[in-house]
Amino acid sequence: MLSRVAERMYWGARYVERAENTARLVRVYDAALLDLPDEAGVGWPLLVDICGAREMFNARYPKGGDRETLKFLISDPESPSSIVASLGQARENFRTTRDLCPTEAWRSVNELYLFGREALPKVASPRRRHEVLSGVVQRTQQLTGLLSGTMSHGDAYNFIRLGRNLERADMTTRIIDIAAATLLGARATENGLDNTLWMAVLKSLSGYQMYRQYVRRRIRDEDVIRFLLHDLLFPRAVAHCLGELETSILKLPNHEAPLRAVLRLQRLVETELPESVEEAALRRLMDGLQVELAAVHGQLAAAWFLPDRAA
Amino acid sequence: MKISWSQYDPGTAWDELISAPGRPRPHARTLTKYLSSLTPNRLSRRQQAAERAIVEMGITFTVYSEGQNIDRAWPFDIIPRVIAASEWRGIEAGLKQRLTALNLFIDDIYNEQRILADGRFPREVIETSGNFLKECLGARPAHGVWAHICGSDLVRDADGTVYVLEDNLRVPSGVSYMLENRIVTKQVFPELFAHSRILPVDNYPSLLFDTLASLSPRPLDYPEVVVLTPGIYNSAYFEHAYLAQSMGAELVEGGDLVVADDDCVYMRTIAGLERVDVIYRRVNDTFLDPEMFHADSMLGVPGLMRAWRAGNVAIANAPGAGVADDKLVYAYVPDIIRYYLDEDAILPNVPTRACINDEDQRYVLDHLAELVVKPVNESGGYGMLIGPAASQEELRKFARLVKREPRNYVAQPVLNLSTAPTLVHGRLEPRHLDLRPFSLQGERSAVTAGGLTRVALVKGSLVVNSSQGGGSKDTWVVETGED
Repeated sequence: MLSRVAERMYWGARYVERAENTARLVRVYDAALLDLPDEAGVGWPLLVDICGAREMFNARYPKGGDRETLKFLISDPESPSSIVASLGQARENFRTTRDLCPTEAWRSVNELYLFGREALPKVASPRRRHEVLSGVVQRTQQLTGLLSGTMSHGDAYNFIRLGRNLERADMTTRIIDIAAATLLGARATENGLDNTLWMAVLKSLSGYQMYRQYVRRRIRDEDVIRFLLHDLLFPRAVAHCLGELETSILKLPNHEAPLRAVLRLQRLVETELPESVEEAALRRLMDGLQVELAAVHGQLAAAWFLPDRAA
Repeated sequence: MKISWSQYDPGTAWDELISAPGRPRPHARTLTKYLSSLTPNRLSRRQQAAERAIVEMGITFTVYSEGQNIDRAWPFDIIPRVIAASEWRGIEAGLKQRLTALNLFIDDIYNEQRILADGRFPREVIETSGNFLKECLGARPAHGVWAHICGSDLVRDADGTVYVLEDNLRVPSGVSYMLENRIVTKQVFPELFAHSRILPVDNYPSLLFDTLASLSPRPLDYPEVVVLTPGIYNSAYFEHAYLAQSMGAELVEGGDLVVADDDCVYMRTIAGLERVDVIYRRVNDTFLDPEMFHADSMLGVPGLMRAWRAGNVAIANAPGAGVADDKLVYAYVPDIIRYYLDEDAILPNVPTRACINDEDQRYVLDHLAELVVKPVNESGGYGMLIGPAASQEELRKFARLVKREPRNYVAQPVLNLSTAPTLVHGRLEPRHLDLRPFSLQGERSAVTAGGLTRVALVKGSLVVNSSQGGGSKDTWVVETGED
């Protein structure tokens, strides 16, 4: 498989996953904001920080604002953090690797992009917002299912799986980060909303029922965080994503360095969670995991995407 | 109200389906009868369904406009163009004959040059040809074949004669649209496919693969065949990806390939370097190898010509094959066929005046307003003059161009291109069209059943290029059972 093509498959899958997760992120935050009093001081701009796009946002919308934030994250094609930009990038990557994907997958990506371009600018109204974002989640899930069910699980698919799971792990840490940041804000107002917030987080990751089945305890923040970080079976839990990365990496040639990076990260996730979860520490830990995930990406790129590696 | 053929007036051009108002041609009757069972409304709905399918299938072509690349949906007309199989057999034989002769010509030009020594072809034409590559002299590609894929442009004049208008031997495009048009048409008119004997076209990718595989320098069961594309911003990128996918070949860009010290070509893969046997290149000659041509080209593969000359890799079409794809050489093709095959050309040429000959040039300058003047090296309909439609200023400009660079221009009479019924705002109206069949030659040769019909969607227009407002139709070669 060509290095250039492997890289595009990987990024195509990452952008699809990013579009889905950004939609989930906005959805959960939307729900959480409804439960928060204004004086908590938590608003839409926080999402920009969590996506690591503060500079870009300030340059583009110097006056800030809620509407602008939503536009920046959802429908602004000039913002690299927006869902519509991710869909465009996903489409471009799949378009340029059409020869490797099942025809239906390309059509599905194309339709997904057309849907996003058409529907996403309409999300200013909260009611439409939920519907459209759910539409993005549903369609990306459909694409993921289509790829899993119709594409041979060979090298090309392994790069898709790498991109998907790396992005997913990254986004799960960002969603935990958001919850922690929101709680920090809410604590200031003495407003106990732990339960509802963590429930919203689970729901945003379609993990509420799975949590109920596997944890069998009332919703407690430590348990939810542990579930989202450590659970090996829930597909959006970080540990599960890392397991998927490991499996895919093992199937690819010259995999020693990327494998080491993933194993290192797995150990980190298992051991670093403190016994009592305190929001500020949690946020630091999530930041740390994001840095480590970026390091895994660096190893993947060095092993497989760099064109001048000797044979 | 149903579609009525008595209200369809083909006018003075030859219409492919209807000979006179109310009189469908015999080979088109199944189709015309079916269409007349539909109302214009229902027909329009099918057109819309086809257009939706095209958008959903992502069939696009890229247009260069104001420095930007825009992906447009492929413009398509659902009414097929129908050709009788009995007529097609003659055209097919003519195309095979032509490609065989052209390959003998190219091989001769780069080797013995018998035709020049015998005085049957002017040496000057070769020496001044921009497509002649001296770097190819002495090369011996497999089977003596240089042009493996040829897309000829055929047109039919008002008297029904089919002419070859151009031989595209460099990087002809359009075959993927032929294939997609058929897929869309099957969705739109499934009933007709059940009841007619329409020759299939969907075996093209496997014929192409067999042709390419037959060129492999290594005797392998599974030669590594790749499609070399200039990249996603090329207007035909859709097609490059489509063909690679349907052949199961890698789609590579220049940067994916490397020529190693052993003069073999390798591609960069996740497992390291892998040897490449056959390159179906969709980049122009001069962008193949920056070592030999444009030193600043990002598209090419340094050392590729060296590897090819050493016989370590096959390139289709071979570098230099374009020497026979020059509108000035075109004028001599009937002579070329006679010289190498000792046969008369089955398919006629459009009478062509070469401005390089003084007598022809005088004629062209005197009759500019009646002629089509073409630059010998352009494709896609760019840079040509259609005399009857030109302004005084354009005529003066071309007179200057012809006088300044006579080698670069040829002139032909304006043909009244044939028409076929085309759906325009819910009505069927005649629109002019041409036909591009695709011929293959490797160890064996083959021709597509039909080809890509391109149609000028603007009333009265003769320009069928998709970059200039043209659309396309599915092309049916039908067995009528009467022959």
